[in-house]
Amino acid sequence: MNITLRMAWRNLWRHKRRTWLTVGAMIFSNLLLVFMISLQFGSYRMMIDNTLQSYIGHMQIQREGYNDNPKIRNSINAIIPLANDVRKKINSNRVAARGVAFAMASSEQRSFGLQIVGVEPEFEVNVSSLPGLINKGKYFSHINAKEIIIGSILARNLRVSVGDELTLLGGGRDGSFAAGVVFVTGIFDSGIASVDRSMAQLPMGYFQSLFGMGSHGHSIVVNAKDLTRVSVLQNKLTDIIKNNNKLVVLNWEILQPGLKQAIQADMASAWFMYAVLIVLVAFSVLNTQLMSVLERTREFGTMMALGAKPSRLGRLVITETFMMSTIGLLVGAALGYVLTYYLTIVGFSYPGMEEMAARFNLPDRMYPSISLLSIFLGPGIVFVFSLLASLYPALRLFFLQPVSAMKAV
Amino acid sequence: MKSYLAVKAILTLAWRNLWRNHRRTLIMLAAITVGVWAMIFMTALMRGMVDDMLVNGIRDLPGEVQIHHPLYRDDPSINNSISMPSKKLLDILQSPEIKAWTARVRVPGVISSERDSRGVTLLGVDPETEVQVSFDKDSIIEGRFLKDSNDTGIVIGARMAERLETRLGKRVVIMSQDPNNNIADRGFRIVGIYKAKMASLEELYVYAAKKTVQKLLNMDNKISEIAITGENYRHVENWYARVKKTVGKKSETLAWYEADVYLGSMLKMMDGFVLVWVIVIFIALSFGLVNTLVMAVFERVREIGLMQALGMRPGMIMYQILMESFLLLVIGLMLGNVLAVISIVPLQDGIDVSGVAEGMEMMGTSSVLYPALELNDMVLANIIVIVLGFLASVLPALRAARYDPVEALGKN
Repeated sequence: MNITLRMAWRNLWRHKRRTWLTVGAMIFSNLLLVFMISLQFGSYRMMIDNTLQSYIGHMQIQREGYNDNPKIRNSINAIIPLANDVRKKINSNRVAARGVAFAMASSEQRSFGLQIVGVEPEFEVNVSSLPGLINKGKYFSHINAKEIIIGSILARNLRVSVGDELTLLGGGRDGSFAAGVVFVTGIFDSGIASVDRSMAQLPMGYFQSLFGMGSHGHSIVVNAKDLTRVSVLQNKLTDIIKNNNKLVVLNWEILQPGLKQAIQADMASAWFMYAVLIVLVAFSVLNTQLMSVLERTREFGTMMALGAKPSRLGRLVITETFMMSTIGLLVGAALGYVLTYYLTIVGFSYPGMEEMAARFNLPDRMYPSISLLSIFLGPGIVFVFSLLASLYPALRLFFLQPVSAMKAV
Repeated sequence: MKSYLAVKAILTLAWRNLWRNHRRTLIMLAAITVGVWAMIFMTALMRGMVDDMLVNGIRDLPGEVQIHHPLYRDDPSINNSISMPSKKLLDILQSPEIKAWTARVRVPGVISSERDSRGVTLLGVDPETEVQVSFDKDSIIEGRFLKDSNDTGIVIGARMAERLETRLGKRVVIMSQDPNNNIADRGFRIVGIYKAKMASLEELYVYAAKKTVQKLLNMDNKISEIAITGENYRHVENWYARVKKTVGKKSETLAWYEADVYLGSMLKMMDGFVLVWVIVIFIALSFGLVNTLVMAVFERVREIGLMQALGMRPGMIMYQILMESFLLLVIGLMLGNVLAVISIVPLQDGIDVSGVAEGMEMMGTSSVLYPALELNDMVLANIIVIVLGFLASVLPALRAARYDPVEALGKN
């Protein structure tokens, strides 16, 4: 063992209580950071997944300008062949074409203005969770069926159930008057009130003929295997559509800017809190190391008189901090891991969370998501700032005069 | 007199001891100051956000207390309408605690220009009272708000006008359902365009005059809801109970915290957050605090032994250490409080967070954040720091008091 290491280690335990208190501050902060960051990662992931999977998807191919101005005329020509082409080129079935229109839906007793979405029954199941959430009736029989599926609250409000008729009245793409009668074939219950209250889907073929769309549609939803692969796939798609300069590929961050921004806002406030914790730990380390340097002034003076260079003493002080920080890092990360792991199994909840969760499409209990990053990010930063905090005490040694130092009390 | 002298002596000793090692004291003070500042600053920001969320939310709910048909909230249809307030209810609505009330027709409909159509919520309002309860007249950016309950114009949001490719003075058609499920439609001239604090609302609400809408939808003098606003949304209980009792079981009377449990839970959650945050920061501080005291005692073992040998009682020694801790905490708290106030005051005009406006909207707040410095929160933070700080100092203080004078004097 290197002599500096050994000296540093022994120096640390000359003041057991002080060392443990300093390490304790690190462990406390690290434990908290691991827990908070894992919880954050977990809830963001769930928030994104739950919000995107019901409808929006990871990416959409749209006509340029449609996202800002979703008018029925801003459509893509020959959308189904294009969707087929995309499917072939990226070799994935998580691709589905859609059309969107507004119509007044009337049952015998009620009428509501609704956004009506035309979908490809065969592929919609791969990009959206709604088809799987049908708890009454079934999904569309074929792409030209005069059938509609609606949310559970909407069904209740329209006073309809499976097999009933709905009349749709609206404006077609060509400015014509769109009117048609469809049968409710399925009712889904997603648990998200806004979706269950307002979502209605028609099969794409019938949608196109009802709303005078011809072969047009409004978007092609493309999902990646998971969120981390979105950008790669987006590049691929951009490449595929580059011959058609009227089309764009938009990812979820643009399709649903609120989601990303809510996460950013939450991140900002969370990092403010983390920063405060980290600064407080740094103060603690600064205090401890400064004290430990000051009380050893005579000792350091003697060592310098014996030929030790200030840089060596500085290294010694930094090594001491390094050791403390390492203990803090390892113990904090380990305890944090244990706590967080436990919570990934039993879940985590606090009063008021249920209401909050419902607002952000989260389940009632949160499950942190553990990864190397979530475990080591916080403790890693604490580690770095602890080392930085010990720089001042270490640098002071360079101004030490051996003779006067040896005389210090 | 004697105790006064003792306190004075302890105070002087503690004060001087603190500054014997001014570096350590300053670092600790800096830590406490930063900690306390963070406690108060963060709390004020969060409070401000929640206040905004609540004010916006309640305005949109609508009202601090609302009266609906029992089925309306689940099924906001014209069939679930109620009558205008009875004579008895009117009497209560005149009482001084109630600032304003308004009655609305609020039904789903479709708005169409020659270019496009959209689903909207059609509000039939009494303009005079509507502006007292919910609609902000300053939000009109073009044209005017409705004149009276018979106005035949319509006021739509700026985003909606953009979507429909229409503008002030043009006509739009409103379609909705009458009580017999006949589709009723009527042309309206756009007399005003408003810009909402939360942009998504601009696409949701269109305002027409109440009587005009009632006539269009053949609903006589029926309405969808009554919205009532008092002086302060935190204190609605007093008059809410009376309103609820008078309305009876036939209609549903709800206070805002019942109507939107998310909003209702926010206040409590916020209180919880403040407490947790303050305590977490305190714990992070306490390590340093205890450390400082332990060091202070350790350095002075011989001195403490000497004082004891000279007849100072262990209790006095304990008080002295506690006093040091107390002084540290009090100075740190003062600095922290001052810093917090100084940093919050310039932000009173609002912090622009429009970069994440749509995210804030998801949470229910607008894109300008107004920090809300509340006395309660400051007091809470200060009390927690003093009380817990004192408790954390007891252990090192007790240790100091327990030294054996002979042994302590012999220490090097």
